[in-house]
Formats: sequence, structure tokens, C-alpha cells
Amino acid sequence: MLATNTQVTESPKAPRPHDGSGPLKVVPVRRYGTWALGVVVLVLLALLVRAFAGADIEYALVAKYFTASPILWGVWHTLELTLLAMCLGLALGVTAAVMRQSGNPVLRAVANGYTWLFRGTPLLVQLLIWFNLAIVFKTVEIPGLWSASMNSVMTPFVAALLGLGVNEGAYIAEIVRGGILSVDNGQREAAAAIGMSQGKLMKRIVLPQALRVIVPPLGNEFIALLKYSSLAFTISYSELLHSANKIYTANFKVIELLFTASLWYIVLTTVFTLLQQIVERRLGRGHNTQTKGFGRRLATNLMPPSWR
Amino acid sequence: MTTTQSFVPSVHSTTAMVQAVDVHKSYGRLEVLKGIDLEVAPKEVFCLVGPSGSGKSTFLRCINHLEKIDAGSLSVDGELVGYRRVGDRLHVLRDREVARKREEIGMVFQRFNLFPHMTALQNIMEGPIQVRGESKAVARERAMALLDRVGLKDKYGAYPGQLSGGQQQRVAIARALAMQPKLMLFDEPTSALDPELVGEVLDVMRGLAEDGMTMIVVTHEMAFAREVGDALVFMDGGVVVESGHPREVLTNPQHARTKAFLGKVR
Ligand SMILES: Nc1ncnc2c1ncn2[C@@H]1O[C@H](COP(=O)(O)OP(=O)(O)O)[C@@H](O)[C@H]1O
Ligand SMILES: [Mg+2]
Repeated sequence: MLATNTQVTESPKAPRPHDGSGPLKVVPVRRYGTWALGVVVLVLLALLVRAFAGADIEYALVAKYFTASPILWGVWHTLELTLLAMCLGLALGVTAAVMRQSGNPVLRAVANGYTWLFRGTPLLVQLLIWFNLAIVFKTVEIPGLWSASMNSVMTPFVAALLGLGVNEGAYIAEIVRGGILSVDNGQREAAAAIGMSQGKLMKRIVLPQALRVIVPPLGNEFIALLKYSSLAFTISYSELLHSANKIYTANFKVIELLFTASLWYIVLTTVFTLLQQIVERRLGRGHNTQTKGFGRRLATNLMPPSWR
Repeated sequence: MTTTQSFVPSVHSTTAMVQAVDVHKSYGRLEVLKGIDLEVAPKEVFCLVGPSGSGKSTFLRCINHLEKIDAGSLSVDGELVGYRRVGDRLHVLRDREVARKREEIGMVFQRFNLFPHMTALQNIMEGPIQVRGESKAVARERAMALLDRVGLKDKYGAYPGQLSGGQQQRVAIARALAMQPKLMLFDEPTSALDPELVGEVLDVMRGLAEDGMTMIVVTHEMAFAREVGDALVFMDGGVVVESGHPREVLTNPQHARTKAFLGKVR
């Protein structure tokens, strides 16, 4: 509404009449197709709900187990694993990305090899390899200082953390690299021209500017990692899915417990999607970047990564 | 990638601030500098003019070793750029040593290249604190004095995005001066500015010249070159076509290419 438009006394939204007889009515475009489609979707949804309601599922159990202590422990372990793996991934990813910018060909080759290897093999296979390292290495040792049997070191937790974190690092390296490349080359030149070393230039000038480009996809990575952490089930780390599995192998309420676990995953992804949006708003302040709406973002995060 | 440096710096080079002897530089197959010879005396305002693509920026970037020359010799204040002489051997400098040399050479870019995530004051303090290890208090005091000098004392807290082009370029000059350089390189410092903002930047540069700063200025501002410049070189196609005192070259160019170029920029 225009602040100067003081003559209009009726509803400010209605256009002013040309003949002074009162506001004219605005007729919006009628979208019959949208309505028809909506009805179809509602009908299909109702059928689906009826099918699941009529199925042999004890929904009360879904609710009951939602707050059961083994499930809550599973949720906690999932969160713990995800957070720590993300930290490990960040450390490795930033290091690898900076190494790829290095003038030293050995460092560049190592970083390239790392991303190539860990992005080129399935995460599940990597987890199994970490977990089964004890078959080929009986002991781990720092010669003369410390040694232990591989079995006692490579616990399910350690294997899951290494598997998820090292894999995540390879993906984060690409994201950080993209962020670094997005910073104008003139920035690097200006910093070099005042005598900054390559390391300082990266830390003080390039990375802080790359952050704005890096953080949004990192949020997506975190949420994807949260869901991928369920793969640690296969190496019997006691995360959410594993807890659910332990209960349903005893009482055979398979679908109920899988629903309970799913409900928790949905709650967690939703909460982190909200957090991600808040962080991005903060970061984007003063810049005219468009952030996606909550609904769209939630939809993206609930999709399998291959669809994005 | 090895370069044969079959020369030794000549004796009289000790008096020149910058001396280029037969400097060559290629990007892949494209030879951009095809043997540049020139000498810049201390306290001189040395103007470099020429059409776009003639290699002016490349030459400036070679002086502070943002680019490495392929052949010839280039020295600043009597020392070879990019090498350390030990006996009759030239050792290629390490990155850290190159960085140290760059401290002594200020550079001002066409597109300002201020650090957008820092205020004007922080931009100026960054070098002294991070590179020289100066204390915040000392760096801040000098930065404020420099802001005053370029006429932007009250803008110390502004981010580059909140400043006009002319103001940004003046902050960029102050940032270079904060390292107390013995040589300043200007690469078309007013070319990205709206016409009404050109004057304020040239005024700052004029003041620097009066204070005796050695300056190499790539510019299309012929009035500035004529008025402030002590020497002028016209470059085209990677070679020096003509050189002399700005007034002479600008009023009475000898080569056809110089005449054609000057006819266009006027
Ligand atoms: N980094 C680079 N890689 C390849 N070619 C370059 C590079 N920088 C400059 N050039 C080329 O070198 C030539 C001279 O460029 P430049 O020194 O910027 O000229 P000027 O500053 O006189 O306009 C141009 O043809 C340009 O395209
Ligand atoms: Mg140029």
C-alpha cells in the first residue's frame, strides 16, 4: 500500500472505481484443474489411510515405544554418532579442500585420491571394511609407545564413527572446494599483495567468505548423515534402528517398531531443518540470497539424496 | 619449467627502483610480454599506457611476483624478483620469502578488491597485524591516520559494500600504504569508477607523488599522466613502443601506433 494514497477510504485492496459507484469486484482466475487434482489426491490418501488402519498394526504400540528407554537410548546414540561423524567429516573435508588448493602436487594428489576413493565406494561397504579390519590387522600399535588388539579398538562405535566421518569428509571436501572457488580471485591477489602467506590468506580471507556458500549444503549433509547413520545397524552399533530391531526380534512387532523409529527420524530431520533455516537466515543477513521455504526444504531433506 | 638466467644484474641497477631487462612472459602459447626493457627511478611517477591486452597488468603483476617471468631479468630496489643470489647462483625464493618481498610493494587494483567481510579500518589493519605482527593499538593508530589522509576518517566502521567506488579505492590505497611500501603499483585505479568519482582518487595519488612515493601507474587518464607523471611508456602487443617524458610523448608522439591510441583515449 502506498503511504501517500490517502484518498481511498474503502478497503485499500480494492481498486478505486472509475464512476464513483463503489469498489469493483475482482474475480480471480478460476483453477478448476487444481481442485479436481486435490480431490483425487484426497481420495487416494483416504484409501491409503484406510488400508493401513485396517491392517494388523497395533498403533498404540508405536506410541508406547516412542518413549521407551531402549528407543530413547537409540535416539541418543544416533545423535551422538551423527554429531561426532559430522565433526570428523568437517575436519577431514576442510583439510582435503585446502590441500587441493595447495601448490604442492603431493598434497593435491593425496586429497584427490581421498575424495576419489571414498566417494567411489558405497558407504555400507566402507562401514563393513572398517568393522572387519581385525581380520587382517590383529593389533594396532604406535611402535614402542602403545599397542592394543584391533578387536578392542575397532568397536562398533569406532567403526561407525570412522566409516561415516571419513566418508562424509570426502563429500564435505567437495562442498568446501566449491565454496573456495566461489571467492573472487581478486581477493587472493589483494591478500597476497600485502604479503600474506598462503595459509593465512586461506584462513583470514578466503574461508570466511566461502562460508556463506558452504553452510547451506552442509546443513543438508548433516541431515542426510542423520539418516545414513542407520546403516551402522549392520555393524551392530546400538543406534535407533538397532534398538528397534532388538525389540522386534523379541516380540515380532516389526512394523510397529519400524514406524516408531521412522517417527523419530522424521522428528529429528524436522527439528534440524528448522535449525538449518535459522542459521541460514542469520548468515544471509544483509545479503540478498533467497532461502528456500520450510516446506520445500523439508521435502528436499526427506527425499533420498539421489533424487535431489 | 626451469628458467635460464644467463645474466647478472648490471651495475647501475642499484640506483633504479625497478629495472626490467628483456622481460618475457607467456601464458601457454600466448606470449604476452615480448622483451620489456625499462627503468623506474626512485621517487618517480612512472606512467604505463597502452591498449587493452597489451600486457600492462601482466607486467605489474610480474613486479610483485604474482606472476613469474619466463626469461629476462626484473629487479626491485637492486634485488632480483623471485630469486636470492648466493655467489654466482640464483636460488628460487620460497613462498614465504616471496610474501615478505611483497610487503614492500603496494598494489592497487582496478576493482579495489577490498575484503568485503571487514570494515574499512579492519581492511587497513589486516596487513600490519597479520603479516607484520604489529600490536592492534599501533596498527589502529596508523590505520586511522591513513584514513584521515585519504579523507575517510569518519568511514572507519563502514563495510566496503556501504562505500562508493571512489571511497573503496581510497581505502584500498590506504590498505597498501599501511605496509609502508617503497613502491606502489596502480593498475587502472580509476577505470571502474563513475566519472565524478575519478577526481577524488587521483587527488590522493597526486598527494602521494608529492610526498615522494615511487609509483608505477597504469592509466588512461592522460591529464594525470601529463601533470603528475615523470616518465611515460607506451606499450602495445607486449613491447615498449615509445617512452619519454609524458608531455613529450603525449603532445608529440613519434610512432603511428602511439598516435592512433592517443587519438582514441582523448
Ligand atoms: N592468467 C592468464 N591466463 C591466460 N592469459 C592471460 C592471463 N592474464 C592475461 N592474459 C592475457 O594476456 C594478455 C595481456 O593481458 P593484460 O596484461 O591483462 O593486458 P592489459 O592490462 O594491458 O589490458 C591478454 O591477451 C590476456 O587475455
Ligand atoms: Mg589490465
